[in-house]
Amino acid sequence: MNIVQQQQQNENKVAPRPEEHHKSYLTPVVDVQSTQDGFVLQAEMPGVDKSGLEITVDNSELVITGHRRPLEKVGEPSYREIRWNDFRRVYELDPSIDAEAISAKMENGVLTITLPKAESVKPRKITVQ
Amino acid sequence: MFGVSGIPLATKSIGVTNMNIVRYQRFPQSDLNQAFDRLASLQDEMDRVFDFSLAPFVRTPGSLGRWTPAVDVYQDKEQFTLLAELPGMSKDQIEISLHNDTVTMSGERKRETKGEQGNHAERYFGRFQRSITLPAAVQADKVTAAYENGILRVVLPKAEEAKPKQISLG
Repeated sequence: MNIVQQQQQNENKVAPRPEEHHKSYLTPVVDVQSTQDGFVLQAEMPGVDKSGLEITVDNSELVITGHRRPLEKVGEPSYREIRWNDFRRVYELDPSIDAEAISAKMENGVLTITLPKAESVKPRKITVQ
Repeated sequence: MFGVSGIPLATKSIGVTNMNIVRYQRFPQSDLNQAFDRLASLQDEMDRVFDFSLAPFVRTPGSLGRWTPAVDVYQDKEQFTLLAELPGMSKDQIEISLHNDTVTMSGERKRETKGEQGNHAERYFGRFQRSITLPAAVQADKVTAAYENGILRVVLPKAEEAKPKQISLG
């Protein structure tokens, strides 16, 4: 049931913008759930707001990029665990997904992408004459 | 030096006393903490090098379902700023308390989807707790906290006696 196939961080496929060539991305933690109408993908990207998100679908490739807001002045670091890199994850979409109907929302650092199946592939009930 | 085991830290002296921080552990209830920690960083490494993610394989069963958010601590002359990664929560699910110089953040992240069978699950849900002992006294009544874009920010102004003082030569 691996409908949304994953294609991890393939730098050859996703050409980085020149100015961020040196940057390495973090892979966001993701849940993908299968629903009746398609799939729901949820990615944790703390520190990313709506304006820092880039979601593209190109040739059935879904690219999610989350740019983190630069830290406001907080002083000198005393202890650090958080990696402040930007996020990126790449998925290959199943042909059953209607790319036109994909929608996304960002809430509290969690990106939710709804990937509906095309009407033509949804199960239909056929009435026997 | 900090009172943190296992993590090499800058030996730069900070503030007056030692700073104790409960070490970042993804699986705090497990005896295999260190192994898991290493596995987790190995996972990031693998993600970069190879074409797949290890995440689905290092997931632990529900009994170890506690998670630990990553935390940063910053300071300037006036205050400490504590940042914690807590995506997907709401304000009322986060509790912050201060006891002497120790800040404790806790809460519960609830799964918001309707219990459908996930076919790819990496996210952690359930309770978390994190305590951080600051190296200097803070003004308990002036602590403020904000939650935005999944980042919790707690600002703790230093107590007057903890602020650096300029001593003029007579």
